[in-house]
Amino acid sequence: MLFRKQSLSLGRNDIVQLKEAYKWITHPLFSEELGVPIDGKSLFEVSVVFAHPETVEDCHFLRAICPDCFKPAKNKQSVFTRMAVMKALNKIKEEDFLNFVVQYHVWNIAAVKFILFCRQFPCPPNSPKAVCTVLEIECAHGAVFVAGKIFSFNFSSSGREDVDVRTLGNGRPFAIELVNPHRAHFTSQEIKELQQKINNSEAIGHMKEGEEEKTKTYSALIWTNKAIQRKDIEFLDDIKDLKIDQKTPLRVLHRRPLAVRTRIIHSMETHYVDEHHFRLYLKTQAGTYIKEFVHGDFGRTRPNIGSLMDVTADILELDVESVDVDWPPALDD
Amino acid sequence: MATQPEVPVATVAAEPAVPSLVDRYFTRWYKAGKWGMIASAGPYVKGKPCEDHCILQHSNRICVITLAGSHPVLQSGKTIKSISYQISTNCSRLQNKVSGKFKRGAQFLTELAPLCKIYCSDGEEYTISSCVRGRLMEVNENILHKPSILQEKPSTEGYIAVVLPKFEESKSITEGLLTQKQYEEVVVKRTRAATGTS
Repeated sequence: MLFRKQSLSLGRNDIVQLKEAYKWITHPLFSEELGVPIDGKSLFEVSVVFAHPETVEDCHFLRAICPDCFKPAKNKQSVFTRMAVMKALNKIKEEDFLNFVVQYHVWNIAAVKFILFCRQFPCPPNSPKAVCTVLEIECAHGAVFVAGKIFSFNFSSSGREDVDVRTLGNGRPFAIELVNPHRAHFTSQEIKELQQKINNSEAIGHMKEGEEEKTKTYSALIWTNKAIQRKDIEFLDDIKDLKIDQKTPLRVLHRRPLAVRTRIIHSMETHYVDEHHFRLYLKTQAGTYIKEFVHGDFGRTRPNIGSLMDVTADILELDVESVDVDWPPALDD
Repeated sequence: MATQPEVPVATVAAEPAVPSLVDRYFTRWYKAGKWGMIASAGPYVKGKPCEDHCILQHSNRICVITLAGSHPVLQSGKTIKSISYQISTNCSRLQNKVSGKFKRGAQFLTELAPLCKIYCSDGEEYTISSCVRGRLMEVNENILHKPSILQEKPSTEGYIAVVLPKFEESKSITEGLLTQKQYEEVVVKRTRAATGTS
């Protein structure tokens, strides 16, 4: 999951609609299962209806602000139709809306973990920018309302991965800092104090720790040019705390200083797939370039999987299994 | 050299063969040696015939200088005795030191700047040129210790050097170079010419 920019002001069109995300995920599955290409505009339509009782009443407060948008009618099951809600949102003033968003506090740094689970479309297909949109937010402090141009926020995460790497497991900790809300009655002294309190807080400290000091677990799908048997990869399971030297990878050398970084691969676990593929689970020191450890980056990362196995290796898939820093505490604790 | 990995058909039925690391991230450009001079190719690399270079250009504009498959050093029967980065009394590419994000202190290279000298057991000596203008990032020290890597894996572990062209020039540096297709045509013409005169 990446926010390459530090602060992001979302317009309505920047938010991925749930139904779009759903389609991006299911279309390839259908296509594969049925062996047919997917046409979003074909004559054969499939309707999928979802219900979510937990949040069905989230928009009911709109009726208090704008009663005439929600007049009951004979054939409607509920007055809260999509049309009615959209009408109300367009109609009401921002201040009135904010007054009713009770769970949202200006000064709360909502600590959440996010999960990016769709590798195929890490970015919306129709977006020209390489900015990814969060598909699902699970918030420890209640719903985070991100609607319209109400506020901008700063996104701060505990490290980052490439756009083609999935983040699985418990996700990666990050914080969203809500900036310049339209209603904030604080004296500048209070704000300064708040700022200091937040920046020095345990929370931010823990988070940034994750970048440098902690370990990470990855899962990689590896291809080898030579045919391999199970016994050829078993030795990797026994290697503990392997020290590797990584010169700045060529793919980032244009914007990073040229240096050699020593990193530790704490442990590895192999799962044989076939003569030319195996899955490798690795627990590594934070800051390790995994792709380069697999293919060797022109021999500039040593040792590497290729040199250890005496083959030419390449990496086909990479997932982050977990970021091993115990913060924020899981919801069910 | 493009090594197309073969994915066993039994496991992945519909998927095409996976492109190699070089194919995925780099574009291949070529500088043909003396014999391969074509009007559009511009200034050619001085030296013996067929001293072809292959420049791997990354999408981030970094260039890796390597030997093209047709280079004499890569032909069968050739043994490398030693490689030296001392290109003149005062200049050794090994002394190149680069610091910071902006790579200050790097030796600046023009297209014809020599990178290294390769000495072969048959007495032949070859000079490898930069082929692109830019700052020298690093030279491959691994081939000093084990010259055979250069012949075994010329496109990856056997690279010669890494050059960072100026940002403004990153597009124009390829103007004097041949595309993969043009290079292949040159090689074909050369072989025909060679067989013609023998």
